[in-house]
Amino acid sequence: MLEMEPEAENIRYYHTLKILEEKCQGRMRCMRKCPTQAIRVRRGKAHILEELCIDCGECINACPEGAIVPLTDPVEKTSEFKCRVAIPSPALYSQFSVDIHPPEIFAGLKKLGFDYICDVSLVCESVSEALRLYLQEHEGPWPVISSFCPAAIRLIQVRYPELTEHIARLEVPRELAAKEVKSELSRKLNIAPEKIEAVYFTSCPAKAVSIKQPAEKEKSWLDGSISIADIYSPLLSAIMSLGEEKSEDEAHQPSAIGMGWPVLGGTCSLLEPESWVAVSGIIELTRILDDIEKSKLREVKYVEASFCLEGCIGGPLAVENAYVARVKTIRLENRYGKQPRIQKEEVQKLYREGHYFLERRIQPRPIKPLHPDIAKSIALMKEKEKIYNLLPRVDCGLCGCPTCLAFAEDVVKGLLNISDCLYNSIRKERSR
Amino acid sequence: MNDDSLLDLEFEIIGGDFNQAGRVSTKLKSILKEVGFDPQVVRRVAISTYEAEINVVMYARRGVLRFKASPQKIVIIIEDEGQGIEDIEEAMKEGYSTATDEMREMGFGAGMGLPNIKRNSDQFEITSEVGRGTRLEVTIIAGDGTRS
Repeated sequence: MLEMEPEAENIRYYHTLKILEEKCQGRMRCMRKCPTQAIRVRRGKAHILEELCIDCGECINACPEGAIVPLTDPVEKTSEFKCRVAIPSPALYSQFSVDIHPPEIFAGLKKLGFDYICDVSLVCESVSEALRLYLQEHEGPWPVISSFCPAAIRLIQVRYPELTEHIARLEVPRELAAKEVKSELSRKLNIAPEKIEAVYFTSCPAKAVSIKQPAEKEKSWLDGSISIADIYSPLLSAIMSLGEEKSEDEAHQPSAIGMGWPVLGGTCSLLEPESWVAVSGIIELTRILDDIEKSKLREVKYVEASFCLEGCIGGPLAVENAYVARVKTIRLENRYGKQPRIQKEEVQKLYREGHYFLERRIQPRPIKPLHPDIAKSIALMKEKEKIYNLLPRVDCGLCGCPTCLAFAEDVVKGLLNISDCLYNSIRKERSR
Repeated sequence: MNDDSLLDLEFEIIGGDFNQAGRVSTKLKSILKEVGFDPQVVRRVAISTYEAEINVVMYARRGVLRFKASPQKIVIIIEDEGQGIEDIEEAMKEGYSTATDEMREMGFGAGMGLPNIKRNSDQFEITSEVGRGTRLEVTIIAGDGTRS
């Protein structure tokens, strides 16, 4: 076998998924579910390969032991901040029964200790308009891929590095919301923006990563994130015990266009219907990215790429069934009406000033090749094919690798020995 | 050249099988990514093999795609048994196509295939015999074998 040279560079990626070793029973459900094959089971415990993990959170719900936990922030938090702002993803609006509306949710959040609540649906509507302008002026490459789903972005960075240039250079609503609310409150309350804490409520572990380690800028405007699953129970109790408090927010009108954002196709409501496709779920997402790479997708101008099935409402940290959440969102949209809540001229002016643009381009983050030297890498690739052909190719997973191909790769990398294939050992034993 | 560092693969492509069209391209792409070729090189290979596959599926009974990759260059040879091309010069023009309405219905046959392959290759050779088949040889320069 060829010798592996030590790694020259070792970039650490921040991840929000943690495996609790004492709970892990090594049952391999996570390993089989992981879309980027980033999990191996060694000595009975699951391990995440940091380089391959895109923080999608598929493994969280796959684990029967509950041994994989998202590292979002705890609900209770003592902080040095003077003012705490809650920035819930509009996905939160569809998590409760139909008679609980955004004003009650906002009042509930205040009861939990947040000083201000920022309604992201209004920002989403502005970004819908910004996206329309962006596509009007964009000169290629086509199609443009949405920049809003961090798991999709990481999938592209890792698996489709050359498609990063297709990603729209538009900032995401959650970041814009935090930026806008901080500047507004710091003026209003006469305190420094650093003294204001902006906390995002999310159904998505990847968004927690994008806050801690943004792909496209130095620092996020958000200070932390709380899982919808964690806040659900305390928030529901707070809402149920609301008395007169809720009336103060009753006048607030969320944007129906923006409330649709967490639902598949929700970012496209202001676009020409024939110009876009909305794709969700890892299987379909991979298929469409393969097609874009082959330059097969010629008729489409915009691809809304969402990692979770049905969009953010299908996120692993959501509580409500995604399909039910979709129906509830439609009810909310009908309740509030589709009339615009934003001033188009204002958005257009801000767009010209660069308000909606990402600070920098999203960079590729390609998987490390088999070997830094291409000639040696090709040799290893051939070695890997040879090993693969000796394997049963049934992907039983007993070796702790998700597929026989992954096993072959771990063998050429020197991490496993070909005799670690239990299937082959049993076969040999039986034929004796 | 050291034989160890030459990747030599062969794939069969079945004419009329639109469902499978693009498989070879996807497979090659994932191999090249894993080896660590420049992403731009990978993309050019993906596009040109995909277009070539589609051409075989549309116009031939069967074809063979041979793929040779070394650190310096990638050579793709596609030979098919099929109707061949009558006027190569015409066929190389963007928008020229002999695709049937049915093929166009499926979103193929926009007359972009061959020009697109040529645009994505460093060397491009085409020979064809009417009634027998077409042979394409596409070379893509991969660099000096080291990654920048």
